[in-house]
Amino acid sequence: MEFIRNFPLFSIVLSLFSGVLCTMLKGRHAKNYTAAFEGLLIAMTAAVLIYTNKEGASFTYVMGEFPAPWGNEIRAGVLEALIALIFLTVVFCSVLAGWRFLQIDVDESKLNLYFSIINLLTAALLAMTYTNDIFTGYVFIEILTLTSCGLIVVREIGRTTLAAIRYMILNLVGSGLFLLGVVLLYDITGHLLMVPMHEKILLIAESGVGMQPLTLAVGVITIGLGIKSGLFPFYLWMPDTYGWSTPSSGAILSAVVSKCYIFLLIKIYLRVIGTEVLGMVHVPRILFVLGIFGMVFGSLSAIRKKSINRMIAFSSAAQIGYIYMGIGLGGVFGYTAAIFQIIAHCVTKSLLFLASPRLAEVSGDSLLFKNLQGSAFRAKWAGGFFIFGSLSMIGIPIFAGFTSKLLFGLAGADCGQTSKFILTMLALAVSSVLNALYFIRTVIRIYSRGESGMKESVVIVPTAEGKIRTIRHGAEDDEKKYGAWSLSQQLTYVLPCLILLAVNLMLGLFAWVFVDLIERGLLMFF
Amino acid sequence: MKNGWQKFLDGEFDVMDFFPEPAEEPDLSREAVKEIRKEENRRIDEDPRTRKVVAFERRSFRIIYYFVAVVSCVVFIGVMLYGVSFLPRYGQENAWAAEVSRRYIEKGLEETGALNIVAGMILDYRAFDTLGESHVLFTALVLVMVLLRRDKKNQQSEVEDYYTIRNDAYFRTAGDLILSKTGTFLVPCILVYGLYVLLNGQLSPGGGFSGGAVMGAAMIIFAASSGFDRVDRFFSLKLSSWVTFAALGFYSFAKGYVFFTGANGIHNGIPKGTPGAILSGGLILPLDVAVGVVVACTMFGFYSLFRRGRIGGSGK
Repeated sequence: MEFIRNFPLFSIVLSLFSGVLCTMLKGRHAKNYTAAFEGLLIAMTAAVLIYTNKEGASFTYVMGEFPAPWGNEIRAGVLEALIALIFLTVVFCSVLAGWRFLQIDVDESKLNLYFSIINLLTAALLAMTYTNDIFTGYVFIEILTLTSCGLIVVREIGRTTLAAIRYMILNLVGSGLFLLGVVLLYDITGHLLMVPMHEKILLIAESGVGMQPLTLAVGVITIGLGIKSGLFPFYLWMPDTYGWSTPSSGAILSAVVSKCYIFLLIKIYLRVIGTEVLGMVHVPRILFVLGIFGMVFGSLSAIRKKSINRMIAFSSAAQIGYIYMGIGLGGVFGYTAAIFQIIAHCVTKSLLFLASPRLAEVSGDSLLFKNLQGSAFRAKWAGGFFIFGSLSMIGIPIFAGFTSKLLFGLAGADCGQTSKFILTMLALAVSSVLNALYFIRTVIRIYSRGESGMKESVVIVPTAEGKIRTIRHGAEDDEKKYGAWSLSQQLTYVLPCLILLAVNLMLGLFAWVFVDLIERGLLMFF
Repeated sequence: MKNGWQKFLDGEFDVMDFFPEPAEEPDLSREAVKEIRKEENRRIDEDPRTRKVVAFERRSFRIIYYFVAVVSCVVFIGVMLYGVSFLPRYGQENAWAAEVSRRYIEKGLEETGALNIVAGMILDYRAFDTLGESHVLFTALVLVMVLLRRDKKNQQSEVEDYYTIRNDAYFRTAGDLILSKTGTFLVPCILVYGLYVLLNGQLSPGGGFSGGAVMGAAMIIFAASSGFDRVDRFFSLKLSSWVTFAALGFYSFAKGYVFFTGANGIHNGIPKGTPGAILSGGLILPLDVAVGVVVACTMFGFYSLFRRGRIGGSGK
């Protein structure tokens, strides 16, 4: 067996160990260690991606001496490796770019705990992506749930505690429902590994005995993971959760954590339940409708917001609606579009969540639109990142958002039902217009100097001793004066964001490479 | 005279100003929000008609809320019961789905060397899940530390501090005699029992999680009956984190080694031991000890953090 096949195991176990190790280090060392370690993980995952792509087949890896169906297993194919690579890249960039804000938001004595949480979260992400066992999925869902609450609460302002409690309650409901589903599936099939479970489920569907618990299990798992990822009626926790947490956390939560649940759901649908059985219990139809509702209502909620972070958070609800619409359309095209949207949104939303806090920082730490007047001139890089992110969200060609919308259109045309096709096209059109409405409005706001913008405001300047509040007079557009950053600080913020932007452009310009990879990965699922 | 577009660009008005948004001013401080609420309530109270309307709104919202909550719970319970009624009855073997469990029962002893099949299942057959599960506990400890450990942002008020110190001092000097004597008598017994449960994990029901919980409970009883000062003498944050680090590090690497050798078809060279003896079950005993130590530290850490916001002495 080639040595490269061990890399998924190494990356999961080493991430778990790094989580423990970081509690022993000092804050700054923990950050350097985490950055280096994430780099190593990215290299290993890229190697797995290249290897599986070259082999043209996925491989399973037995965890221990006991093969399936008795022991645990993980599985790596092109799709798993690609998703893991994107997730890791986003986590890496978010942590580095948010480092400046972390130093202000998180108490110095707890910085190492933050990186411990990040490492445990990475382990959970990787394990959930690679797992070939439905119960392993549940165990790492637990870690992911806990760590994501930790990412919110670490800022220690009253609002984050409140947001974390809300998020935790909803998430635990989701975990509980997922666990009920796993128990039901185990009871009727007697297996926890995905492949033997799938065989038993096919037999059940053929004989028709035990269809009621199976239907119930599918429904409960869908609702459970739907709550966790923010499916249409369950998206109202998003703004508090994403909006108040420290920028790295906001970017990671919105971009990676919710997508990881969706990827697990797709994996369960395709590898455990199977598309035919899924169609028999009418899940795709329901997800299609809920996805479209999410697209429209998420955007409508976003339009009404007066704070930039809450607006971006609600736009996540709309984007997650796209993914569920893709799952609802079904077929290779539908799932390809859904997974491409996962990747595209992952890269774009993290960029937006990293740009907005910098814009707020030069506007007196205010996230309100009325105070952000002209802030892009005060923070030029952040303004640039925000405008590119917005263009991708709206779906302008050469950015990732355009390709994903194109793929959704193709999937709608391919699904074979005229009513579904028309609904998809209508939903795409309405949602794009709504997206454009609130993103363009924000871009105009931050790029117009304005006479009656902030003439006077409180500006918070981070210094070595901590934060110092200074009063700003007049509408000068000088980045150097307000919240001035040294060159190294600029670089740690700008370079990771540039990486995210480059990935975004690659997804737009060389879209077919990625679409090809995703399709090949999907075919390996069966 | 400026036109509308110019005004929009200058930030004099926003398009979305037409949509009034209910009470959400994210930039305001807590005091300011309280003031706004107070002002709102005062205005409502002034006018008897609005007061009536608001009271009606609140009452009807509450009724609808409770009604929907109860109905959805009842519907969910009904659906679950309906689905579960199709499952095999309790105690009846489901031959259809017994392939895996039968193998665990029939071959478990031979393959894992553990008399206790459950220990063999969680620490050998499905060891990867348990590796994750023990890190769930560690994650919880980290989160409670983030949430409760005192730092510059998370300070007790002086009054609370005063009472904590006074209470501790009271219990140290004139602690309840019956409590402390009973504690001194009970704690060693509980610790020995915890160790027994821990070390017999591969032979009888028990193991790391339950044994560790018993040992943690013993330490909590000790701290509660004889005061934190005596615990601080031997249990500090440094010790706790080193023990957790060593135990979980050992766990990760031992299991990583077993996974690696198992998957690559290399003989791992871990002796299984005589079934029934204390040294049996391969890695199960050392892993149980590692898990038990982590659980005990976590339990006591929770108690200590909830009680006074730190683990171990103040370091002064």
